[in-house]
Amino acid sequence: MDPNAALTTTTLGFSPLAHPRETLPTGFVSLNHLIEGFPRGAISEIFGPESSGRTTLIHSLLAAATANLEICAYVDTDDSFDPVSAAAAGVALSQLLWIRCGHNADHALKAVDYLVHAGGFGVVVLDLCQVHPRIANRIPISYWYRFRRAIENTPTILALAEKQPTSKSCASLILEVERKKTAWAGAPGFKLLREVELEAIPRKPVRPVTATFTARATG
Amino acid sequence: MFACIHGPAADLSQIAAAFSPWFEHTAPDTVVFSIDPLKRLFGAPHQIGQAIAQRSGSRVHIAIAETADAAILAAHNFPGLTVAPNLGDLEVATLPLPGGFQDTFETWGIHTLSQLAQLPETGLAERFGPTGVYLQRLAKGAIQRPLRIAQLEITYDDRIELDHPISLLEPLLFLIARILNDQCAKLLANAMAASEVMIRLELEDRTEHVRTLKLPVPMRESKPLLKLLQMDLEAHPPQSATMALSLALAPAAPRTTQGGIFLPSTPAPDKLELTLARIRGLVGENNVGVPELVDTHHPHPFRLVSRQPQISSQPPITGRQAFRYFRPPLNAKVDLDRNRPARITATGIHGNVLNAAGPWRTSGDWWTTTAWNRDEWDVALSNSALYRIYREPDQHWFIEGMYD
Repeated sequence: MDPNAALTTTTLGFSPLAHPRETLPTGFVSLNHLIEGFPRGAISEIFGPESSGRTTLIHSLLAAATANLEICAYVDTDDSFDPVSAAAAGVALSQLLWIRCGHNADHALKAVDYLVHAGGFGVVVLDLCQVHPRIANRIPISYWYRFRRAIENTPTILALAEKQPTSKSCASLILEVERKKTAWAGAPGFKLLREVELEAIPRKPVRPVTATFTARATG
Repeated sequence: MFACIHGPAADLSQIAAAFSPWFEHTAPDTVVFSIDPLKRLFGAPHQIGQAIAQRSGSRVHIAIAETADAAILAAHNFPGLTVAPNLGDLEVATLPLPGGFQDTFETWGIHTLSQLAQLPETGLAERFGPTGVYLQRLAKGAIQRPLRIAQLEITYDDRIELDHPISLLEPLLFLIARILNDQCAKLLANAMAASEVMIRLELEDRTEHVRTLKLPVPMRESKPLLKLLQMDLEAHPPQSATMALSLALAPAAPRTTQGGIFLPSTPAPDKLELTLARIRGLVGENNVGVPELVDTHHPHPFRLVSRQPQISSQPPITGRQAFRYFRPPLNAKVDLDRNRPARITATGIHGNVLNAAGPWRTSGDWWTTTAWNRDEWDVALSNSALYRIYREPDQHWFIEGMYD
């Protein structure tokens, strides 16, 4: 052993204790294999363009949390939440608190602040999908640090759905989603939207593989 | 020993309460209570009787006996104050006799309670059953039973009149806090909680400002109740300065829950109600709640119910595609090709239709003012998004939302 080496856990012969972070798996098996679920006590971001499957993934996360007998909250910045498709995805609506913010992102952020500080929620969703990235990027970074601090060491997952990543370095998981394929049933002229194939690409932590999963159309 | 007060006085309960907190209101004109604890205060039974007589006046009859029923019997049949009465000379008719008993007793030559007391108990039981035995024990003054204690109705309200009108909320909250602290302590002492809080402000312009908070779960801590009242009064302030205020809590049994060791933690209902009140103050009262599906074919078959979320039965998890609404729906210009959408132009959205499914014609509620009638299409645009569009009978097109 080098006598001049700095005293670290490695030089002293100890290995640092690794505490595996508790996660909440979604209803998509291939995605669970890729990311082992959404980390609890942390911010997770799901971003992508329109019709890329962001909301589908959020519904799947809410369904998993409500199936686990947890109370969840959906902060709906642009009044876009559809309870019918959420219920079809398996979300127990009676366990979901729905907050409509009337296109006011400031109210949405304050509502999230109240919720994460109240504690006890399994998943708090902040839906910024219809907020323009230019406006979302104006959200002060102090908000994200405050949210991250509030849910640290709690089982709460703060999930953001948006067009572009906004929480900067505060997110523990960032997933980009894309729609790969749309399947239509029926002959030309009598078509029916059947299902979409979605792909999740981990942007943080970066992984060389992606997960592909299928979501059937509601109805 | 027991004392019984019998008479037409209206305040019998108050007279009895002056001597014992536990008394039985046997009948509207009769109360009975134990005098054993009073012996050290007043002395012998006849001294206790005199003290009761002094307080209750001359219109009532007072009897002190070994048992409660003997005291009641004596108070009903002896005038004034009677201590350790001899019940043997009373007529049998003074007992609460069921129909036919009196005739039988007269046939037997039984006229007084002492005669009834001397009859053989076994024979009485054979002839009259348990009722006969009960009447004989009553005649002997030998029935020992606990008193059916009268529970005084406890109210949780108070009122404060002010010397000077208060127009600001903060000083008003100090007074509300004072009442709330007292009433919550009273709730705690009686093992109760509040299910509703009503505040009534009497205003300077001679009107009243009344607010009622219905609590989702019974609560008895003054701090969250004060905060809820504060937020409610901030949202609905009185029109004028306050001259007097009264506050009433509706009592209810406290919430009892058994948490499971393996169940995930959920928000505490009282804390959650505070959080919801704050959020309601921010986004409006009608924008916070739990979504609920409605059994209808209406395009928006759901509503927002203003209540707290609750654990319920679990639907199975399915990988279903989500839909997002544009509220309000976007006005669109749709070019048709052989009656099918070919190109869509709207604010922020435009493109050629690559694939389209439809039209799905729906209508309903034509007998109400909220009738709907439309043709729906699911379309894939060249901007790579999937939308639901619809056309109304007046040929106006809208984009309702997108699949996401």
